[in-house]
Amino acid sequence: MSGERTDRTELRDGAGLTGEILHQHLARTWSRKPGLIGWLSTVDHKEIGRRYMVTAMIFFALAGILGLVIRAQLARPDSGLITADRYNQIFTMHGTTMMFLFAVPVMEAMAIYLVPLMLGTRNISFPRLNAFSYYVYLAGGTMVWVAFLLNVGPDAGWFTYVPLAGPEFSPGKRVDFWAQMVTFTEVAALAVAVELVATILKQRAPGMSLARMPLFVWGVLVTALMIIFSMPSIALTSAMLMSDRLVGTQFFNPVEGGDPLLWQHLFWFFGHPEVYIIFIPALGFVSQITETFCRRPVFAYPAMVLSLVSIGLLAFGLWVHHMFATGLPRVGYSFYTAASMAVAIPSGIQIFCWIATIWLGRPRFRTPLLYVVAFVITFVIGGLSGVMVASVPLDLQFHDSYFVVAHFHYVLIGGAVFPLLGAFTYWFPKITGRMMSDTVGKWTLGLLFAGFNIAFFPMHMLGIMGMPRRVYTYPAGMGWDTLNMISTVGAFIVAAAVLLFVANAFASLRWGEAAGADPWEGSSLEWATSSPPPAYNFAHIPVVSSRTPLWDEGDGLPVATGLKVKHRENLLTTVLDAIPDLREPSPDPSIWSFVAAVSTTALFIGSIFTPWALVWLSIPTTAALIAWFWPKPGGALEQEAR
Amino acid sequence: MRGSRSFSLNSSPGFPGEGDRAKRGGGVLRSQRGPSTRLRLVPLPCECRGGFKRSITLLAPLLLTACDGIQSATGGDGWHGERFNSLFTLFMAVTGIAYLLVLAFLAAAVLRRRGEARYEEAGSEAPGERGITRTLIGWTAFIVAGLTILTIGSYFADRGAARAAAAPALEIRVTANQWWWDVEYVGATPQKTVRTANELHLPVGVPAHIILASNDVIHSFWIPNLAGKQDMIPGRVLDATLTPKHIGEYRGQCAEYCGIQHAHMALDVKVESRADFQRWRAAQLMPARLPATPLQKAGYTYFMSRECSACHAIAGTPASAQVAPDLTHVASRKTIAAGTLPMTRGHLYGWVADPQGPKPGNNMPYIGLEPAELHAVVAYLESLK
Amino acid sequence: MMPEPRFTADLSGLPDHAFGHRALTWWGVMAFMAIEGVGFAMAFAAYFFLMNHQDQWPPDPVQPPGLLAGILFTLVMLASEIPNTMLKKAAEKEVIGPVRVGLVVMTLIGLVLFVIRAFEFGSLNVGWTDNPYGSVLWMLLVLHTAHVLTDWVDTATLTALMFTRHGESSRRFGDVSENSLYWRFVWLTWLPIYLLIYWIPRWVP
Repeated sequence: MSGERTDRTELRDGAGLTGEILHQHLARTWSRKPGLIGWLSTVDHKEIGRRYMVTAMIFFALAGILGLVIRAQLARPDSGLITADRYNQIFTMHGTTMMFLFAVPVMEAMAIYLVPLMLGTRNISFPRLNAFSYYVYLAGGTMVWVAFLLNVGPDAGWFTYVPLAGPEFSPGKRVDFWAQMVTFTEVAALAVAVELVATILKQRAPGMSLARMPLFVWGVLVTALMIIFSMPSIALTSAMLMSDRLVGTQFFNPVEGGDPLLWQHLFWFFGHPEVYIIFIPALGFVSQITETFCRRPVFAYPAMVLSLVSIGLLAFGLWVHHMFATGLPRVGYSFYTAASMAVAIPSGIQIFCWIATIWLGRPRFRTPLLYVVAFVITFVIGGLSGVMVASVPLDLQFHDSYFVVAHFHYVLIGGAVFPLLGAFTYWFPKITGRMMSDTVGKWTLGLLFAGFNIAFFPMHMLGIMGMPRRVYTYPAGMGWDTLNMISTVGAFIVAAAVLLFVANAFASLRWGEAAGADPWEGSSLEWATSSPPPAYNFAHIPVVSSRTPLWDEGDGLPVATGLKVKHRENLLTTVLDAIPDLREPSPDPSIWSFVAAVSTTALFIGSIFTPWALVWLSIPTTAALIAWFWPKPGGALEQEAR
Repeated sequence: MRGSRSFSLNSSPGFPGEGDRAKRGGGVLRSQRGPSTRLRLVPLPCECRGGFKRSITLLAPLLLTACDGIQSATGGDGWHGERFNSLFTLFMAVTGIAYLLVLAFLAAAVLRRRGEARYEEAGSEAPGERGITRTLIGWTAFIVAGLTILTIGSYFADRGAARAAAAPALEIRVTANQWWWDVEYVGATPQKTVRTANELHLPVGVPAHIILASNDVIHSFWIPNLAGKQDMIPGRVLDATLTPKHIGEYRGQCAEYCGIQHAHMALDVKVESRADFQRWRAAQLMPARLPATPLQKAGYTYFMSRECSACHAIAGTPASAQVAPDLTHVASRKTIAAGTLPMTRGHLYGWVADPQGPKPGNNMPYIGLEPAELHAVVAYLESLK
Repeated sequence: MMPEPRFTADLSGLPDHAFGHRALTWWGVMAFMAIEGVGFAMAFAAYFFLMNHQDQWPPDPVQPPGLLAGILFTLVMLASEIPNTMLKKAAEKEVIGPVRVGLVVMTLIGLVLFVIRAFEFGSLNVGWTDNPYGSVLWMLLVLHTAHVLTDWVDTATLTALMFTRHGESSRRFGDVSENSLYWRFVWLTWLPIYLLIYWIPRWVP
């Protein structure tokens, strides 16, 4: 309240208040309290983003270990290394963890960390919601992993088809943990999507019109909108599954006239866009890296943006290609074949534009750019095998075989994990202030690239040779033995590469060369602040007049001034042209998002065991949300919970 | 698209073209060729047409290992298989060219500027942007053209598959269960209907109409050598038509994850001459043989009076439950428990003594037979030829 | 290391709050309405999907839901838009008195709606465990009730807030305005649900 009344006289940044004194003021305003409570109360997008990244990478490692166990089991025919029951939990957890707990969250983590910096703003919008989303995600992931370790891990596959996952064929709580894990991660992902959309549309630096946004931010915008339009579908359908299992509804029960295919439609309406939700931010990484290391803007920016948008739109027209074998009307199939293949057009254009950027630019082949090269070589294979599975007659053979396993690993590892590791290498100095070793980075990439292809290329052949996916063992004499063994060897090489990456990261954290603000001579705004950035991101709000502001403003970046320094304040700009419009307060740290997350967690987990948990635990949850929403005396003006 | 790897396997297309098919026609039994699959390193005549020849050769490694085997999508042993192979060739050619173009452009771009990379200050705006823009338009046109060809090819292959469904001469009802296949040859009357399990016999060249259903969860009917897969969904009845082209033994396997023993849900397929098929069908139509020896009789008594007959049926005996595979001619089958074990006396002993050992989690319980009972039951089952 | 700043614009003259799409909260509310709208759309799709899979809708011998409670609920819902609009306008004029009255009225309307809603559940003529028809009807009604409930909690909290000294802040008027906007979403989504629950079962042969 006080902030508002003293509006005209409040201390603001400007020519009279800059440099070290401004830093001290802003640091005090934007920092959080020390100690555990302070740590749990933080609303700094960088801190939350880092926690998201670390957590997602831990889940990546755990799911990777499961992948190794799977490969160890399949190395030889008739292997008795692990039991059928355990294997089925393991492959379900591998897919579930990779998709829900690693891939989507890690992309959002990168966006949470980078987008406000790239936009030249001080914090993400709705930062308490952001903190809430992290704790909810952490709780959901932890819950399903604890269940798995207690031998009640989900075992119906990551797409959990009914009626196998229904109450009759999956008694017990295993599938309930899966369905509730979905609820947790959907809540988190949707919250983050809302924040990112609002941040990108309203908090861009003055002058950064939509046509001047970095391509990564475009990717994040498309991704966030896709999350908003696809994830409600899985949230609804997993709730339907839960209610079939817990309160006896009949949505999917064929005996009572329910329909198992309803699950497949609702799942894949989410599930297919999900792949692009993972993949489109990765395309953004590739664009940023290519631009910086080729020292020129990415070729054909408008074509790149249109490609991203059209991939995002097409992604919603493809879900039926997961259901070609379910006996739907054949006429409809042609449409989905054509739509699925059409994705190759914008993808092909993007691939071309990156290579053209290398061609036209002056490339420096540092590790991040080499990841881009590796990405092109592998991802295109996955894209082309994707064209194959879009064809009905081919898909009827490849579907649910190891060919498809090969295909989506080429797409997801080649298309998303390679760019992600490149992006980690690229932004590591920004996040930590230190460089990762380039030499070790190149060795890592070489090992990873070799291991990946050794592990996954043979799976194409295994699929054509008739090996179905999700089998815990296979008989000798099918001709599958050698290829499976090769694949297993490759998987362990991949593991070695990942270990090397992690070792490099830890060593560099300690001994790496100091980075400075802009070690790669990047073009976008995140390189205009120190590494790691201060709590307030930018001392003055940068002003932008081109797509590559740091390259075009040789003699120092122009800035806008006049934001409060004693209270947290963000600049809002107009949606299309980013003309300064409002100064809105930005929320202070609050423990209530953590408390609300704890209460929500209790509600979600409790409802697995009794529907009454929904009733009783909604009371403390509501109380926590009201406390979060209620303005605090003396603090900055509050946002509401939404 | 797999061209870049062809050097590692110096070999031949091994693509099942015309010549290949001719070679394996004439009633050569697959099973007589020994181990089901091995790498073929001897060049085979490539029948692929003109311009594609080179690219197909480059793509060979992928097909090399795959074109042979009892459970192979490129086996081409059914009417669908042939269509699949030509369509797959088309896809491999178009995508292969696309991949080579990408690699070539990438290599050129990387190598072009390599030497200059050291001179950070060198060069201003690179020349040739207009040329690149034209190339982009050309590249996009190529993608669109390629996709159009593939979509049309795919459409016609699919339409062909739908037409093949016409005029079936044989109707077979296959019902999936966790984790076995109930197979019923529909006859003119119920008495002419043959019921068996986990085994499909088909006459060569005769279109067979397969009616697919499921009693529990979703399964998928997949005999790669003969046709693509078709799901089996509880509450729905779907169908497929198989027209086998070659005599031989094949293997199908459930392709939709269906629970703990999804891995052990195979279907033995035997394509035989029409005469052989009629003989087989006639034999299957017979009721089960009566127990002859005292041991078999003891087994019969045990079977009928104890747990076995609660689930299994044996035609011509009081056992008529249909919860588990029909055992009327169980000993004539190739494998036990949906492809889990070969049909031998030893494995029969192992299976009856402890079904949870080789196939843990399946629905046949461990009973704990006394040794004498075990001998008797196995002797009786063995007699059910 | 850092380039020296060039001061090119002064933002201190900008206002610190606004209504509608200029404010961040509006975008948040719009995004959540989009999420919930897609959720409803998916639920409608599920309804029709299940309906197409059945020979009869409702399946014999289930009777369609009784009409009275549903009609009453719909009328109150539609009528509530009058005070809702007045409240929204008052909030945007930032006059505290009418805003307080409006919030109290809306809170009371919410309570009335809960009572009618209880009768609606009672008049469905089918249990959620009976068949997919029953399941989907209950799902639609529960989903919508959840929205009425969350908005009611939001309204009640705002009502309490506006009676404290915080109510004088301009930003709180923005919150009231967004809350009224959300209420429009709640009653607009009710209209298709009303048709699906009460009328489609009567119209489908």
